[in-house]
Amino acid sequence: MNSKILEVEKLRKFFITSRGTVRAVDEVSFSVEEGETLGLVGESGSGKSTVAYTVVGLHSPTSGQIRFKGEDISRPVSKRPKALKQSIQIVFQDPGTSLNSRRTIQQILELPLKVHHLGNSRDRKERVVELLERVELPPDYMYKSPNMLGGGERQMVAIARALATNPKLVILDEPTSALDVSIQAKIINMLLRFQEEMKLSYLFITHDLSLMRNVSTRVAIMYLGKICEVAPTMKFFSNPFHPYTKMLLSSIPVVLPEEEAVKPAKITSEGEIPSPVNVPPGCGFHTRCREVNGICSQKIPEMMEVEPGHFVWCHLFPVVTTPTNLEKGVSV
Amino acid sequence: MNYSRNTLLKRRAEGFKKGWYKFSRNPVSVLGLFFVLTVSFLAIFAPYVSPYPTHASRFVNFAEAGQPPSLKHLFGTDVFGRDILSRVFFGFRYSLMMGVVVLSLVVIPGVVLGLVAGYYRGTWIDTVIMRTTDIFLAVPPLILALAICSVLTPSVFNAMMAVSLMWWPWYTRLVYGLSSSLRTEFFVQAAEVTGASRSHILFREILPNCVSSIFTKMSLDMGWVILIGSALSFVGLGAQPPIPDLGTMVADGAKYLPDQWWITIFPAFAIMITVLGFNLIGDGFRDLFALEEV
Amino acid sequence: MGETLLEIGNLHVEFKVYEGRLRVLNGVNLSVQVGERVGLVGEAGCGKTTTMKCVLKILTSPPGKITEGKILLHDKDVLTMGSQEMQRVRGHGISMIFQDPTAALNPVFTVGDQLMSVIKYGSKGSLSKKEIKKRAIGTLREVRLPDPERIFTNYPVQLSGGMRQRVCIAMALSTEPELLLADEPTTSLDVTIQDQVLRLLNELVERHGTSVIFITHSLGVVREMADRVYVMYAGNIIEGARKEELFANWLHPYTLGLMNALPKLTGGGIAEGIPGRIPEYLDPPSGCRFHPRCPRAMQQCSQSIPPVVHAADDHDVACFLYRGETDE
Repeated sequence: MNSKILEVEKLRKFFITSRGTVRAVDEVSFSVEEGETLGLVGESGSGKSTVAYTVVGLHSPTSGQIRFKGEDISRPVSKRPKALKQSIQIVFQDPGTSLNSRRTIQQILELPLKVHHLGNSRDRKERVVELLERVELPPDYMYKSPNMLGGGERQMVAIARALATNPKLVILDEPTSALDVSIQAKIINMLLRFQEEMKLSYLFITHDLSLMRNVSTRVAIMYLGKICEVAPTMKFFSNPFHPYTKMLLSSIPVVLPEEEAVKPAKITSEGEIPSPVNVPPGCGFHTRCREVNGICSQKIPEMMEVEPGHFVWCHLFPVVTTPTNLEKGVSV
Repeated sequence: MNYSRNTLLKRRAEGFKKGWYKFSRNPVSVLGLFFVLTVSFLAIFAPYVSPYPTHASRFVNFAEAGQPPSLKHLFGTDVFGRDILSRVFFGFRYSLMMGVVVLSLVVIPGVVLGLVAGYYRGTWIDTVIMRTTDIFLAVPPLILALAICSVLTPSVFNAMMAVSLMWWPWYTRLVYGLSSSLRTEFFVQAAEVTGASRSHILFREILPNCVSSIFTKMSLDMGWVILIGSALSFVGLGAQPPIPDLGTMVADGAKYLPDQWWITIFPAFAIMITVLGFNLIGDGFRDLFALEEV
Repeated sequence: MGETLLEIGNLHVEFKVYEGRLRVLNGVNLSVQVGERVGLVGEAGCGKTTTMKCVLKILTSPPGKITEGKILLHDKDVLTMGSQEMQRVRGHGISMIFQDPTAALNPVFTVGDQLMSVIKYGSKGSLSKKEIKKRAIGTLREVRLPDPERIFTNYPVQLSGGMRQRVCIAMALSTEPELLLADEPTTSLDVTIQDQVLRLLNELVERHGTSVIFITHSLGVVREMADRVYVMYAGNIIEGARKEELFANWLHPYTLGLMNALPKLTGGGIAEGIPGRIPEYLDPPSGCRFHPRCPRAMQQCSQSIPPVVHAADDHDVACFLYRGETDE
């Protein structure tokens, strides 16, 4: 078994607003193994991006623990040691605003090298050329400003920046959701190649299940700040358990008849995700669930291991829990 | 590599040409630029272009006092017989100096305070800086300047100090708004995740994105500062005679209205042209930067 | 099929910018039959929205300019219509739903106010205020908004994105248009909400017999929403076919590239995609605009514009690869 590079345990992140407390992330536990891609999937308002930002330290957790290679890092980025910032990087969703349009590509790519004192100015310039070549951009792009680049090229620069310090864990926050499919394909393949070459671990945040089918090792589904189901990718798509997963799968527009066969039949999407300020009691999904019964609105379900490595958070699966299961939670 | 550097320079030149194209699309901005360039030229070369340079200082010739505009004195003469045209040219010097000195004193502290307060929004740093700013902004600017100038001995220097003291909060406010929204942009967060220093984030990431707004405001403010400087001189709290300040000249001439109208009208018109010029350029900048963002 | 409702022929549009002229639309041909749902699919910047703006005559001009072509609505050219006649077309003939429902609704008026004014100016006869309100609530019920009486008094900010888009659909359909232009109406919505909105839209246009042009960048969405699909690339329609035909037998190398690049629910990885990106409109490639990115480009592709080939029953493709088949 691989060692765990990232462990998140009972993570909570609440935001106090004038309308009330937003329970963005509520007792979320998961782990990322070395060299794998964990796909964290959810709709807007599910809290998936909050998880990403808390892991890199842009938010400080309300409670719970984040461990990187066993070391507790549950604090904001300003209070983390420099070496740690070198190891954990993030690629943001919107390539339009993730690069400062007032700086050249060279300045953007040199920043992480300067901060971590990697080489003198000539070395750095060589490294910038090397990084650009890695993401298949010509070297003279270093003199360009980000707004002279297309969306795909900008995202490649953002990826090059994230890789500049040779990180171990990269958080990908919807890196291709703003791009066309033909460019998405190029970027995804590039990311998979880097993962292989640099032994990277990815926490891949997305709303696109079809993409996760092709990219991730394991998939976790989030709904209203909770993880509903975690499973190895094959099992997740061949045998989904949670009613929300089924609803999500059935809603995906596909292009091939073979894909239609993967979608759970006779399930249609209903209702909307409630506001995270007023989370329904019990299981948050009971307001939209077709298989709802009395207990769902009263008791919060527990995470169950339904088959090896396949965890479901639903009252429909009252598998007898052994104490070891409870202890281990999702992080198996 | 050198070849690429050249292309970089070429691109800059191209960018400049494109900027001029956008700026010049609005003829009113070009008119403003023309006004400002003319005024600056006349101010810098006042000793050479004015017909009677000596009239700018202590000079009396009662024989030619109070003459209406003529070919000899295009703008007429004042009660001491001094050529008003020459004095207006020298007057531009004091007006522009007022604007340039005040803005250069004001912009740096104002912007830095705004950057810091915006970045630390919601903390005690924000509270201290912004509430201090609010106190200054709560007092009407002209009244505050008047109060300060009336305590000190009236002089050009003291007027500039007084105006500077009340002007910085506007820059703090402007940059505060920009900085507090820019700090949540992804490129700032990316720099934070990398571990960039605070000063890098403030001055290399956030500040360059505020420059266009600061520039626009400076050009609009030039006009305002000149106007306020002239107003202070007008009420006798700024430049003192015989310094040829446009405000002082208007004030002196006001006593002889409406008979000797030229003593007042021409300096007043000169103030108007200067202020209007800077305002029109400011609008031009605003269009230019707004288009650039698209 | 029946009568032709809309026919766009050889539409050329240019935008004048500092650097020169952007030749954005390069001879778009498209037709919509009465009661037909047409899908227009293509990547960002290929000219889908510009085409729709021309149909409604809301292209910002300058810098935009229609340099050539015709847009016939019931055999009457939209481009030569006067502003009053055009106003009537916008009122009763054609409605539009936009990508961003937040921007399409005015935040300072209630949903009811906005809906009522659309019904008031769109209705042929004069209606009493009570009748208008009744009709407005009726349309809200028709788009399955829960508690329509309450939604009627709500401001747009009080609704979720999906509900706002339902309101926009209600507004667009309240004037009983012949043709509905839907510009990426589900792109900003979550996938489960998208599914609901698509089902609703399909049901409503079927009930009212409305013709639809559905613009999207997603092949999956177009498959659920259209009877006939046009694929657009860099200002040209490069392939058009009946939906079933297209998704069983796509021909153009660009369509093929898109299909391969799409991640599938069945897995199997993702193909490398299409190299390069959409060309600059300032100086677009000669001949077929796709040839610099095309894996099967031939010499003639850069020399002349490929002819539209009738490749199969109700399946047209603009590519030299299939020219042989027309000669039969």
